[in-house]
Amino acid sequence: MIVLLAVTVGALYAAGVYLLLQRTLTRIVIGLAVLAHGANLLLLLAGGRAGRAPIVDGEAGRVADPLPQALALTAIVIAFGVSAFLLALAHRSRRQTHDDIVQDDVEDRRIARMARGETHR
Amino acid sequence: MRVLLPLPIVLPLLAAGLSLALYRHVRLQRALGITVLGAVLAASVALLVEADTTGAVTTQVGGWPAPVGITLVADRFAALVLVVSEAMLLAVLVYAIGHPGTRDHAGVFHPVYLVLAAGVAGSFLTGDLFNLFVSFEVMLTASYVLLTLGGARDQVRTAMTYVVVSLLASTLFVTAVALIYAATGTVNMADLSVRLAELDPATRQALGLLLLVVFGVKAAIFPLFFWLPDSYPTAPTPVTAIFAGLLTKVGVYAIIRSQTLLFPSDGPSTLILFIAGATMLVGVLGAIAQNDIKRILSFHIISQIGYMVMGLGLFTVAGLAGAVFYILHHIVVKTTLFLVGGLVEHRAGSGSLRHVTGLLHRTPLLAVLFLVPALSLAGLPPFSGFAAKLALVQAGMDADRFLVVGVSLVVSLLTLFSMTKIWAGVFWGRPSSVARAGAGAGAARVPLMTGATALLAAGSIAIALAAGPVYDISRRAAADLLTPAILVDKVLPR
Repeated sequence: MIVLLAVTVGALYAAGVYLLLQRTLTRIVIGLAVLAHGANLLLLLAGGRAGRAPIVDGEAGRVADPLPQALALTAIVIAFGVSAFLLALAHRSRRQTHDDIVQDDVEDRRIARMARGETHR
Repeated sequence: MRVLLPLPIVLPLLAAGLSLALYRHVRLQRALGITVLGAVLAASVALLVEADTTGAVTTQVGGWPAPVGITLVADRFAALVLVVSEAMLLAVLVYAIGHPGTRDHAGVFHPVYLVLAAGVAGSFLTGDLFNLFVSFEVMLTASYVLLTLGGARDQVRTAMTYVVVSLLASTLFVTAVALIYAATGTVNMADLSVRLAELDPATRQALGLLLLVVFGVKAAIFPLFFWLPDSYPTAPTPVTAIFAGLLTKVGVYAIIRSQTLLFPSDGPSTLILFIAGATMLVGVLGAIAQNDIKRILSFHIISQIGYMVMGLGLFTVAGLAGAVFYILHHIVVKTTLFLVGGLVEHRAGSGSLRHVTGLLHRTPLLAVLFLVPALSLAGLPPFSGFAAKLALVQAGMDADRFLVVGVSLVVSLLTLFSMTKIWAGVFWGRPSSVARAGAGAGAARVPLMTGATALLAAGSIAIALAAGPVYDISRRAAADLLTPAILVDKVLPR
C-alpha cells in the first residue's frame, strides 16, 4: 500500500511539473493544484502506516499518527485559498489581454527586440 | 515577558479583521493600523531587551510542553530583526497614508497590510518548521493582494509570475517538511536540531539542500532570483518599499536559521560562498543595465542579498555578526531608497532616467534624502553600509576567503557606479519641463511622505552612529546562532 502511494505521489509531482511548464494559465493553475495534492499525500505518507483513530479511550494500541493529518489539513486549506486567488488573477488576465497565454516580461521583450536587430527603445 | 511573545502575531491579525469591518471608515483604519503597529513595536523592543539579558524568550502557546506544543522563540537575532521590521512597517504605513496609489484602495490596503505584518512577525518568532511554512503563506498571500492592488494590466502580468514561483516554492516547502518529518518524527526546530544530527549524513545533506532551495527562492539568491526585478516595481511605492525591505530578508532569515540551527556546518561552506558571490555579481550587473529607478533598485536587492549570504557562508562568529548587522542596515536603507524613488516619481511624473533631470534645483531636500541611503548602500564611510561591509570584509579576510572578499569589493564599486548613474540622471542637469505628476497625484500628502522618508534616512544615520553597540549585539546574536545548544536548552524541557 505504501509503495502504491509513493508511486502515486511521484506521478502527481511529474504531472504537476509538466503542466506547470506550459504557457497557458489554466494549465499552470491545474498543475499547481496537482502538485499540492502530491505534497499533501506525501505529508500523509510521512506519518507511517495507517492505524486506529487517535482518540484517547484508555486503550493503548496501534493508532495513526495524527500530526501529519493536521499538517496536511492546514496545507490543503492554504492551497485552496491561494488557488482561488490564482483563478481570479487568471480571469482578470484573460479579460485584459483576451488571451490565456502567459505574457513575456520586460527583459524578455527587450532581448527579443534586440535579437531581431531593432535598436532598443 | 512571555506574554508579549505572541502579541506581534496576534494583535495585527485581530486588527486586520477589525480593519476589514471598518472598510468604509478610512480614518479609523489608519488610526487602528498606526496604534497596533506602534504597540507591536513597543512589545518587540521589550522582547529585544529581555532576549539580550536572558539569551532568549520562549513560550508554548496552548500550554503543551515542547516538542508537542506550539513553540514561539525570540532569541537575540529574531528580536533584533523583529524590532527593525516593525519600525519599517510603521514608517511605511505613515508614507502609505500620504501616497495616492494606496489611498485609492485604502479599504483593502489597511487590513491586508496588517496581515502582512503578522506573517512577517510569525516567520521571525516561530520555533516550529511547519508554523514557519504557515507564517510564510500568511505573509505571501497578503503580498499577492498588495502586489495586485488596483489590478492594472502590468501588475496582473508580473503578479502571475510572482504567485506561481512563490506557490512552487511553497509546495517544495511542504515536501521538505514531509520528508523531514518522515526522517525524524518531529517538526519542532529545537527538537529537529538534535534529531537531524543523528541522521545519516547523505540524508541530512539532501534535506538541508532542499530547504536551501525553498528559502533561496524567497530570498532571491542566485540562480533563483529571476522573479524579483520584474514583479516588484509595478506595485504602488509603499508596497514595493516594504517588500524590498522585508520579504527577501525573511527568506535570508530562514536560510540563516535553518543552516545554523538545523544543518550546522563545521567550517566555511564553499557552496554558500559561491552562491553569495554569484548573487552579488549578477544583481549588480543587472542593475547597471537598467534605466528606471525602481528597476535599478530592485536588482540591487538581489546584489545585497549576496552580502548577507556571504556572512553566513563563512560560518564564523565574525561572519555571522557581519551578516546580522548587514540585514539590520539593509532593511532600513533599501526601504528608504524605494520611498525616495516613489517621491521622485511623484515629483517628476516618471521614474525613468531618460525623462527626469535636474531635480536637485527643484527639490534639494529630496536629493539629500536620496544621497544618504544611496551612499550607505554603496558602503561609503561614514554611513551604515560602510560599517556593515567592513565587518564582512574583515570576517572574510580572517577566514582566508579572499576571492569572495574581492568580489564583494568590486560589487561595492559597481553599486556606487549605479547610484551615481541615478544621481547624474535624475538630480543633476537642467530642470526638465516634464508635466508634474499624473492623474490622482493631487491627492498626495507630500509632507507625510517626505516626513516618513526623512525619519528612515535619519534611522540609517543612527545605525551608523551607534555602529559599535549595534555590532556588539549582532556579535552576541551570532555567537548564539553558532551554538544551537543554547536555543535547544531554552525550548526543550529538561
